[in-house]
Amino acid sequence: MEQFFFWSLAAGLLLAATAAVTLRNPVSNAVALVAALVFQAALFVTLEATFLAAVQVIVYAGAVMVLFLFVIMLLDVKAEARRPIPWSKVLAVLAGGTAVVVGVPRLVAAFPAAREPLHWSAKAAPFGARELGTLLFSSYAPLFLTTGVLLLVATIGVVVLCRRDPES
Amino acid sequence: MMGAEITLGHYLALSGLLFLVGLAGVLLRRSLLIVMMSLELLLNAANLALVAAARFQGIPDPQVAVFFVITVAAAEVAVGLAILVAIFRLKKTTSAEDFATLKF
Repeated sequence: MEQFFFWSLAAGLLLAATAAVTLRNPVSNAVALVAALVFQAALFVTLEATFLAAVQVIVYAGAVMVLFLFVIMLLDVKAEARRPIPWSKVLAVLAGGTAVVVGVPRLVAAFPAAREPLHWSAKAAPFGARELGTLLFSSYAPLFLTTGVLLLVATIGVVVLCRRDPES
Repeated sequence: MMGAEITLGHYLALSGLLFLVGLAGVLLRRSLLIVMMSLELLLNAANLALVAAARFQGIPDPQVAVFFVITVAAAEVAVGLAILVAIFRLKKTTSAEDFATLKF
């Protein structure tokens, strides 16, 4: 069961991510990216992080991607012109891919604790909104408040950046 | 039923591959919109690694980190897209090749 969900979701995630990077029409890229984000939320569920899966769908697939789509509509960007494929960079990416697929599992397997397989509801201790909320408002409270300031600054910055110059 | 059991290594390898796909987008694409979408993929790869670590180590702290990453990513997208809109008004293009004013 765990294997089936992991492999199918992993394949879907990588396929959608590749489409999000390679497609030519920006709207298709955005839709593929939404698919990738939903696949990732499903992977969060297989890792028993249900609260983060919900946040992922609401914030990323909901808010952030709508922002992207709005800007695409606003800018009226045309499909990118084709240009010669930079094979050296493509080769570098492919080499990196093989290195990751071969290297990472071996590296991780060197640590005995990491050989423990994934079993749902085996030893449990999944963290819900309650545990995360308690942590956010106790040990991570300073960071949490700083995030609020960050969002405020970002909001003001966006308004300033997008304001038309009154003189011109 | 389908080969070996799923371990932390599987999730980390998937996270690494997702990071590479996003990195390829950042390096190979010229449209700034697509580059920003690829940046989202990079952040998501890190999030996947963090959530996997939280599950296999049995600690909630990495999930709190993911929470912050998502917040910062949302702020980053908002500011980035605002800059993109401002640049588009100035130059009528979103291709990275046309923004070389600061190059030596």
